[in-house]
Amino acid sequence: MIRAAGLDVRFGRGEGAVHAVRAVDFEVAPAGSIGLVGESGSGKSTVLRAIAGLVDDWTGTLEIAGEPLGRSRSRQFRREVQMVFQDPYGALHPRHAVDRILKEPLVIQGFDARDRRVEAALDEVGLDASFRYRFPHQLSGGQRQRVAIARALIIEPRVLLLDEPTSALDVSIQAEVLNLLQRLRRERALTYVLVSHNLAVVGHMCEHLVVMRDGDVVESMDVATLRRRSPTHPYTRQLFQASLGYDAAVIASFVDDL
Amino acid sequence: MTGADAPLIEVEDLHVGFRTPKGMVEAVRGVGFTLGREKLGIVGESGSGKSQTGRAILGLIAGNGAVRARKLRFAGIDLVDATPRTMRTIRGNRVSMVLQDPRYSLNPVMTVGRQIAEAFLVHHRASRRQAKERALEMLRAVRIRDPERVYRAYPHELSGGMGQRVMIAMMMIPQPDVIIADEPTSALDVTVSLQVLAILDDLVSSRGMGLILISHDLELVASFCDRVLIMYAGRVVESCAARDLSHARHPYTQGLLRSLPKIDAPVEELPTLQRDPSWAL
Repeated sequence: MIRAAGLDVRFGRGEGAVHAVRAVDFEVAPAGSIGLVGESGSGKSTVLRAIAGLVDDWTGTLEIAGEPLGRSRSRQFRREVQMVFQDPYGALHPRHAVDRILKEPLVIQGFDARDRRVEAALDEVGLDASFRYRFPHQLSGGQRQRVAIARALIIEPRVLLLDEPTSALDVSIQAEVLNLLQRLRRERALTYVLVSHNLAVVGHMCEHLVVMRDGDVVESMDVATLRRRSPTHPYTRQLFQASLGYDAAVIASFVDDL
Repeated sequence: MTGADAPLIEVEDLHVGFRTPKGMVEAVRGVGFTLGREKLGIVGESGSGKSQTGRAILGLIAGNGAVRARKLRFAGIDLVDATPRTMRTIRGNRVSMVLQDPRYSLNPVMTVGRQIAEAFLVHHRASRRQAKERALEMLRAVRIRDPERVYRAYPHELSGGMGQRVMIAMMMIPQPDVIIADEPTSALDVTVSLQVLAILDDLVSSRGMGLILISHDLELVASFCDRVLIMYAGRVVESCAARDLSHARHPYTQGLLRSLPKIDAPVEELPTLQRDPSWAL
């Protein structure tokens, strides 16, 4: 469904240029789910933004359903590929009510029966009709993220790009949102690309994961390898150990330049 | 002065309320605990009152807030009715606070070194040169490899992990007895966050200080602290030794632990938390 080959992203020119993503390759089957894992500056979000068309200066190959992507994205592309952002506070227009937020993509994509679709979309993400005319500031973080997911799904895309969708949420709310995303993927055969710094979240959501560091892919593995605790690259192992909690002896063995 | 075993901080029936246009909102409702020379974790989700509990100790509650407590003491000194003057001798000097994001907590137009030296000079009679030496020493203590360079740097020139080490250096320089760290590493990457905690851990144990770590991260607190308080809706619903957290008895704590995805125990669906109104009573 999605293929990246030799994907390179550079920001800036000349001496100050940053090579944010270097020769990244991965592939996701239709209805599959891949996780991009890494720490700040690893380039994981940049890969996602390159697919979404939010980054211009990329080279290499990007394909969606066999169609190569160019510089700009068509309306048809946006119909099929939608994104959910990390910060549910920043991603919704503060002066638009939920109803207007959900109708906007319908208008852009020329959908009919908008009222019915808004109702159905809210129901789908577990929000009752009373939420329809509320403003984002009247919603909790988890409810806002549900609205953002509803907005992404209302035009029935095939691919969802998820950028740290639960890292701003409390763990109990995170569980609810992850369950919602899992259920929607099953029901609609969606393809997910999930960016996260949290190995457990990626392990729960994805069949395959790509570990990135400083723009490079350090390791690519299936989730079974992660569960067996047998990643091969020392950086992945360190990341794995860090996800297990505080252990003074383990931390003393951390190396900054793996 | 108190003996080595006397509690550093004693809290009994602490209430923090805020006047809002919609009436009083009680953020903390009857919290009690003591802190010795140990690492105490306060865990809870947003709105549980964990941060306000920490802030009440230092008298850092916003203007529309009111603090009331049967007992709120540091080293035997009453903090509820303390004069601003008394509070100033305690705050920053004997009890200090590390906040979440170094980008917002450091002065952006002042070099890091001057800020650390200032923290020392406010509480000590010393020359600038002595203050600089102490600041460099402190930067070394938080394992900054090139203290001279960092001393001259501005906050925006530092990474998040480096910035948080600087914050810790600044808070440690007056040699406080207690550090209150409110989500000190949640803006940092996991490995960096653990390295910063390891520095705090070493300083706290080598200097025999008390540490209150306020965090939303149960697993981190359970592995780092000696003791944990779990807060919900302004109350402490459970308190236990950190290593016993996995055997927590309160349904809220159990629910929180279960709702975390686990790498080696995959589930189809994560158990979600069913909130019982009686927990908030």
